Amino acid sequence: MSTDETTQASAAQQSEASPGIIFEGVVKRFGDHTVLNELNFHVGKGERVTLIGPSGSGKTTILRLLMTLEHLTGGYIYVDGEPLTHKKENGKRVELRAKQVAQTRKRIGMVFQQFNLFPNMSVMENIIEAPIHVLGKSKEEARGRAQQLLDQVGLGDRGDAHPTQLSGGQQQRVAIARALAMDPEIILLDEVTSALDPELVGDVLNVLRDLAATTDITMLIVTHEMQFAQDVSDRVLMFDGGKIIEDAKPDVMFSNPSNERTKEFLRAVL
Amino acid sequence: MTEFFSDFSTVLPRLISEGLSATVYSFLGGAVLMLIVAVLLGVAMHQGPKWLATLARIVVEIFRGTSLIVQLFWIFYVFPQLFAVDLGSLWSAIVALGLNYGAYGAEVVRGSLNAVPKGQWETTTALSMPWLTKMRRIIWPQAWALMLPGFNNLAVMLVKGTAAVGLVLLNDITFEANQARITNGVWAAFGAALLIYLVIALIVSTLFRWMERRAQHRLGLWVKAASTTKATAEAVA
Ligand SMILES: Nc1ncnc2c1ncn2[C@@H]1O[C@H](COP(=O)(O)OP(=O)(O)OP(=O)(O)O)[C@@H](O)[C@H]1O
Ligand SMILES: [Mg+2]
Repeated sequence: MSTDETTQASAAQQSEASPGIIFEGVVKRFGDHTVLNELNFHVGKGERVTLIGPSGSGKTTILRLLMTLEHLTGGYIYVDGEPLTHKKENGKRVELRAKQVAQTRKRIGMVFQQFNLFPNMSVMENIIEAPIHVLGKSKEEARGRAQQLLDQVGLGDRGDAHPTQLSGGQQQRVAIARALAMDPEIILLDEVTSALDPELVGDVLNVLRDLAATTDITMLIVTHEMQFAQDVSDRVLMFDGGKIIEDAKPDVMFSNPSNERTKEFLRAVL
Repeated sequence: MTEFFSDFSTVLPRLISEGLSATVYSFLGGAVLMLIVAVLLGVAMHQGPKWLATLARIVVEIFRGTSLIVQLFWIFYVFPQLFAVDLGSLWSAIVALGLNYGAYGAEVVRGSLNAVPKGQWETTTALSMPWLTKMRRIIWPQAWALMLPGFNNLAVMLVKGTAAVGLVLLNDITFEANQARITNGVWAAFGAALLIYLVIALIVSTLFRWMERRAQHRLGLWVKAASTTKATAEAVA
């Protein structure tokens, strides 16, 4: 057994022991365009997994399926062992009721490329809105936690600001704080720095590095920042045409990939 | 000319004292019902399950596609015979105006909900917000700012639409002006009526523009405006 196989095997064992996310035979079609066909993969609890691959390979679709922003055409997704939108019942595929879906979805948070802060609210209000109205926290409790999170993302003094008064990088850090305020077990990050001016990328990535270092939150990351991916990931999945064509530890993936298409892709982006 | 002014100054107070209340009540009642109908039908068309959205669409098309005056006659003359409900003049006027303009308003509401960026809707899902929280706290405040110009238009049209309520025996401004024509001449009678409608319409649209500014202010659009002005100034400098 090569060291390569050993590490992969242990990673698989780890994720099987405590599966945070399972994709089982996942199919996603838009009309008659099949984006994902029988996709299978696991993400362990607390694992940081980065998805890379060419444009159109289905990375965003995977995150959006997890966030229930897209309808699952076929197969199953499990979060912490719970079926997310569909379950097997007597060998049949059954769609879950919206209430049940909402329960499981609460474990997941997402940060979008375009920040999507609520323009009708201040920074503080953006963060406390869902904890108060979804988790039922008191206003004081929610504000306390929000202040803590704002400090964490380096915006402790901007709680009263309006989103339009912040730079893109600051807005994105607020969006991260807003997602974290829901205490998700899993956070989905879809190209969160792609809409930012280059000089603002660093601050956002540092917040995420810090998050990776200080919490055991499961992270599913889509990014073009390969250094960042290498630093925070436990595992990197290379996608092409909706399939995983390589699954490796970051040092292996970025220095010595085995798949020809991975090599080609990395040559183009690095 | 002096005769015109003396006629005008007798007609104007008379129209105001005899006809204004019917016009204003029809307008206010119609406006409130218009808003309610517009929100219910507009939200149903945008958010409802297929059957409800279709039903709302049918109702909208019926009330937009038929004449206000015929609707008024239906409610005033046909309903009492068909269902034994006699709403009387004022309520018939309010119901007909509210339904007719509400059907147009439903399109304003639907269009505005549609114009709230997709990212805002998706974020409410990502934060697991229940439907009512999402609509009330996030989507509505943004859609509201977008629908105010449309409602402004409709409200001004509603002011003028109330001129039809004389047909169900309300003594409104238009009805009174038509009476005054006989004693004071067409110029004074309809000149005074024109002036009164214009003033009401101006008050209404000023009110709506104020609400619009307030709604935009709350969305931070003033900040954007200020910063673009600053950016322009910097670009010029
Ligand atoms: N709403 C949609 N309707 C139709 N096709 C879609 C839709 N969303 C995505 N697709 C298609 O699905 C495929 C995968 O898209 P996806 O956004 O997941 O790719 P991606 O890997 O995130 O690409 P990128 O790196 O450009 O973000 C693409 O071919 C895309 O055109
Ligand atoms: Mg993408």
